[in-house]
Amino acid sequence: MSKSRFVVARTSDVAPGTSRRVSAGGRDIALFNVGGDFFALGDRCPHESGSLCAGKIVGFAEADEPGKYRIVRDGEFVRCPWHGWEFDIRTGKSWCDPEKSRVRAYQTGVASGSDLEEGPYVAETFKVSIEENYVVVEI
Amino acid sequence: MTGEADHTMAAERPSGGLFKGRAVDCDVHVSVPSVKALLPYLDSYWRQQFLTRGIDRISWNMTSDPPNAPIMIRPDRRPAHGRPGSDFSILKDRHLDVFGPGAAIANCIYGGVALHSEDMAAVVCTAVNDWIAAEWLDRDPRLRASIVVPLNNPDLAAEEIERRAGDPRFVQVLMLAMGEQPLGKRAHWPIYAAANRHGLPIGVHAGSLYHHPALAGGYGSYFLEDYVAQAFGFENCVLSLVSEGVFAKFPELTFVFMESGVTWLPAALWRFDKTWRGVRAEIPWVKTPPSQIVRDHIRLTLQPFDAPDGAGRLERFCEQMKSDEMVLFSTDFPHWHFDGEEALPIGADTALARKILWDNPLATYPRLKALSPEVAA
Repeated sequence: MSKSRFVVARTSDVAPGTSRRVSAGGRDIALFNVGGDFFALGDRCPHESGSLCAGKIVGFAEADEPGKYRIVRDGEFVRCPWHGWEFDIRTGKSWCDPEKSRVRAYQTGVASGSDLEEGPYVAETFKVSIEENYVVVEI
Repeated sequence: MTGEADHTMAAERPSGGLFKGRAVDCDVHVSVPSVKALLPYLDSYWRQQFLTRGIDRISWNMTSDPPNAPIMIRPDRRPAHGRPGSDFSILKDRHLDVFGPGAAIANCIYGGVALHSEDMAAVVCTAVNDWIAAEWLDRDPRLRASIVVPLNNPDLAAEEIERRAGDPRFVQVLMLAMGEQPLGKRAHWPIYAAANRHGLPIGVHAGSLYHHPALAGGYGSYFLEDYVAQAFGFENCVLSLVSEGVFAKFPELTFVFMESGVTWLPAALWRFDKTWRGVRAEIPWVKTPPSQIVRDHIRLTLQPFDAPDGAGRLERFCEQMKSDEMVLFSTDFPHWHFDGEEALPIGADTALARKILWDNPLATYPRLKALSPEVAA
């Protein structure tokens, strides 16, 4: 099945460490900026369909033994705002249940306005300007 | 040590009874008849103290173990005199010879473990263990025992474990479901470290120090409430042991829940797993669902087994737990959970029965491995 590429946001719309809900091909997508890299997940927790872009962006808490706490990969996980399930923003995998609970992850890219003129892209919601960079999601 | 050679070879001797030696009864009770019975096992200071203070005339029986409650004593196991479980010949003639286990683990539930004087509690526990060795273990090669320890002082408890660990007939450490603090708390870890050093599981028996009510909201009024609430106490043990990270700290350690009722466990774990997913970061040393940790580290003795009547109840529990390795055969002698020889709710020749009667206990208790004819040969 061939994929379409959708222009979903200006890169400047999603600051590092934040997320934004966008729409592409009729799907709700949670778009994250992790230190300048963009990741797109289906905006729907597999548990009860909570909106992941409304969730807190956190690090991963781990411990080698009781009482020894640390955070790794800070800013690379999102907790569903409803029941706190944690998902890896890079892959959409649930940490607690990677086999059964997984959020759809979409390929993303950044393209300049001039690249976009060459297509094929679908810009559904806004006009592309040649001076800016855009986040592109493949669906 | 007395008779050590005998004890490792029980399975090789001709053995009669229902199970012909191919079973381990993981929970039988022996009872200290009176404080006076411990006097020979005290040093001269403590013997004088006990006599001077009249301690030999008082009883340290657990409130949770009233001798006349029907569930606590099957009529055909009641001795003519004294407390249920205090008569060796009843245990031997009416139980061990009838069921024919290769080994039976004797648990002495005794109030001495709860004394607020930490020194006296430790001395009493040492005396009880000496008494168990002399009055029970030396009299029947099938008998094994749990080490009784002073629960209010984990350092002294660890010392008692060290003192006893050289006797292979002591196969686990005995604690109670409800103590001063939840079982997972680090205050208890000296006990777990000592047990871990010697390959001893921690046996957790129904019971309480009664420093807190058995009902979480306050003291109830009746034995009925107290007895039923023991199962809730065990649920708390599961929560505490897993959440506090006992199995992350001691990955080789096994806990055996004795007289817990068993079937409360799956529902508790469904709730535990589900809630853990949302708040996992509180306890990052728990890296797999709690149910998996429980499956790997917790075992449960068979009697009493709380479930609706009818076939398939034991199988259903194994299916819900996704494991047939968690249940260990027990009769809970001399308590009254079944009549006659109906201790096992499934046919003794089924694959599951063989696991429960034999494979699971041997996998749980490293010190019982010598029982296995395959290992001995």
